[in-house]
Amino acid sequence: MLFEITSAALDAQRLIDHVRKDESGAVALFSGVVRNENLGRRVLYLEYDAYPEMAERVMREIAEEAMRRWAITDVAMQHRTGKLEIGETSLLIAVSAPHRKEAFDACHSLVDRFKEVVPVWKKEVWEGGEEWIEGEAVNRSG
Amino acid sequence: MKAKVRLFARLSELAGTREAEVDVGEGLTAGEVYHLLCRQYPALSGLNGSIRYAVNGEYAEPGHSVGEGDEVALIPPVSGGSDAV
Repeated sequence: MLFEITSAALDAQRLIDHVRKDESGAVALFSGVVRNENLGRRVLYLEYDAYPEMAERVMREIAEEAMRRWAITDVAMQHRTGKLEIGETSLLIAVSAPHRKEAFDACHSLVDRFKEVVPVWKKEVWEGGEEWIEGEAVNRSG
Repeated sequence: MKAKVRLFARLSELAGTREAEVDVGEGLTAGEVYHLLCRQYPALSGLNGSIRYAVNGEYAEPGHSVGEGDEVALIPPVSGGSDAV
């Protein structure tokens, strides 16, 4: 398992290599990429903030949940912080499994869980303004 | 007795700092630490409906106790990833 908050550019191949084991017949990789539009606004760039020590701990918790729920082999996650331009990768989640269905299902669920509980925040900067985007406040017992 | 407070994203911009210190006396709850912090940084007032707390890097209830050397973080609704939340 590998969990990282980093200001450096993310490296998908490194995560794929990390999770691939000899018993893995599939590796699912989710890549979250900065796009140029949100809510009709032309986005110039995004800025990410994180609570790194806690984020890495929470990533491990949700990965361990996924390992208990699905027949998967390994999980790796990375989120980037700082200023990200259009087209740059902000989030990578890689999941390996003996079979593709478990890899896809676990990867999909981990993306959703990540966005609910991992302490990372995004500021959107567009022509003429900026705003910290806040997700839905989830159940406090989380 | 002092506890450290960490602020992120919009909250750090409102307060103008990413770290603060509060005197927790004989011990306070996380919610009480927030209220005390609002006296130092009035711009943080009125957020208790939307923030969550973490104590020493783990999500905690507002009633969680905070003592000497603990680290409290105020956690606004998270928004990692890239597509719409």
